Amino acid sequence: MAAGAVTLTADVHVEVGRFRLDAAIAADPGHVVGVVGPNGAGKSTLLRVLAGLLPLERGRVALDGVVLDDPDAAVFVPPERRPAGVVFQDYLLFPHLSALDNIAFGVRRRGVPRREARRRAHEWLDRMGLSAEARSRPAELSGGQAQRVALARALATDPALLLLDEPLAALDARSRAEVRRDLRRHLDAFAGVRLLVTHDPLDALTLADQLVVIEEGRIVQSGVPAAVAAQPRSAYVAELVGTNLFEGVAAAGDVRVASDAHIAVGDTAATGDVFVVIPPAAIALYRARPDGSPRNTWPATIIGVERLGDRARVRVAGPLTLVADVTPAAAAELPAEVWVAIKATEIQVYPA
Amino acid sequence: MTRRPPALAMAVAAIAVALFAVPLAGLLWRAPWSTAWDVLSTHDALVALRLSLESALLATAVAVVLGTPLAWVQARVAYPGRSVVRAITLLPMVLPPVVGGIALLLALGRRGLVGQYLDHAGVRLPFHLPGAVAAEAFVAMPFFVLTLEAALRSVDPRIEDAARTLGAGRWRVFTRVTLPLVRPSIIAGALLCWARALGEFGATITFAGNLPGHTQTLPLFVYVRLEGADPDAAVVLSLVLLAVSLVVLVALRDRWLRAL
Repeated sequence: MAAGAVTLTADVHVEVGRFRLDAAIAADPGHVVGVVGPNGAGKSTLLRVLAGLLPLERGRVALDGVVLDDPDAAVFVPPERRPAGVVFQDYLLFPHLSALDNIAFGVRRRGVPRREARRRAHEWLDRMGLSAEARSRPAELSGGQAQRVALARALATDPALLLLDEPLAALDARSRAEVRRDLRRHLDAFAGVRLLVTHDPLDALTLADQLVVIEEGRIVQSGVPAAVAAQPRSAYVAELVGTNLFEGVAAAGDVRVASDAHIAVGDTAATGDVFVVIPPAAIALYRARPDGSPRNTWPATIIGVERLGDRARVRVAGPLTLVADVTPAAAAELPAEVWVAIKATEIQVYPA
Repeated sequence: MTRRPPALAMAVAAIAVALFAVPLAGLLWRAPWSTAWDVLSTHDALVALRLSLESALLATAVAVVLGTPLAWVQARVAYPGRSVVRAITLLPMVLPPVVGGIALLLALGRRGLVGQYLDHAGVRLPFHLPGAVAAEAFVAMPFFVLTLEAALRSVDPRIEDAARTLGAGRWRVFTRVTLPLVRPSIIAGALLCWARALGEFGATITFAGNLPGHTQTLPLFVYVRLEGADPDAAVVLSLVLLAVSLVVLVALRDRWLRAL
């Protein structure tokens, strides 16, 4: 793995119907790039551009120095001649072919004789633990098995670029964890550039080690997952990582946010347009007004409670709509009207 | 709780069934079973039968060769005027066949729009087998195109995308993925087209004429015998055509009888 050497560069400008995608990304074999964003953000469009299924309007796509798409130079390499393997959402296995022939399909198309192609397909089935399913049609496979056949089909052509579109979205919760673990293993073993599209935060954080967040056709944030989670720059990312984000104007330890509420922050040096992150664990909920209270204290109304592992996530409305994490026992005893208290020192502020 | 079916609807439905069943019964009742074999094995009947099978088969071949790309274009390419093209290509399904025959005559006859040039080139369709084939293809091809187009529309284009990312060019995608997926519909459409071509009467007699041994197909032969000296032959050969229709219907039962 040649970490550091950027091998995929894409400057993408396309319009599909009334939707525009303008995004520039770069990826190298050292990382699994996770492209995340809400539905309709343009993630799949980006993937189709890279695979060659959607020609660029403007921009450039190059892999290992070879230009794949450049409208200005009239260069367009069609999908069948790109060294890309794609795992599609709901897999799109060929329903008329066995699992074995699905995997052999791409190998055959790359000029490998039939016997050799089938031998390699058998190897892939072995590697995926699916030797017994060689003759099965896609309709006879479970979701997890179909996912592995789709992955093998994409990898068997020995691509330089692996593109995965929501690879786990079609699975039920039970098989998901297992398939996610296997997928991580196969992604680690693959030496080329890996790009994964998902709207699921858990998939993004467990499978990718570089995140690109797309919203409404634009990249809003990118970086390693920990950095993105620590300093979200959009409501979607905040929701994704499960924290409270506000945008406001800071002056002398006070941030005025859009709803005209004020948040006292520990960072007195921050000025101008800022983002404010309030971790759910930094918020305390009380039955009555707390004594000797911190500055950020106000009455609020509980609008929802959900169980999240060993915690309860409580959504409260008030001057600010917030999510707070408390113990399930505490959540059960809270009345509908509560007092919110936030420690100013646990609030993070960074420039917008 | 199952409700009693309304008596009036059942009675009217029974009349409708009778409308179909009684004529068939009449055909069977009137059939000269004892001499059937003799009628079938006469030279003239065999010539007409062979001519029918040949021309219907050729018309089906024309429909498959020309109709497959047409169905693909109609299903996959969005171009201006697509619905006009669809209307034109499906028109023969509702057009009176005799009108189709006249239209063919004015277009492809010896003095027709295109026919005059064909005539110069030495190609003559009326009164020759190719004329019968052209008339049958004109009337029957829409059945094939319609069946295949519907099937192609039901194939997820993303499956074809997947094939392309695996290294298959457009032609390979079509032959290795699309065609196998619509194969049942190709067979069904071709059978339907063949059955329609086999029974073609109006356009054939108008355009290709009624020349024994050249353009007198079985339906024409049946009509001539019924009007003339040998109504028994007409009945027996009608039964042959009925039997063929039944076989086609049985072959298509999975698609047409169960699904609806």
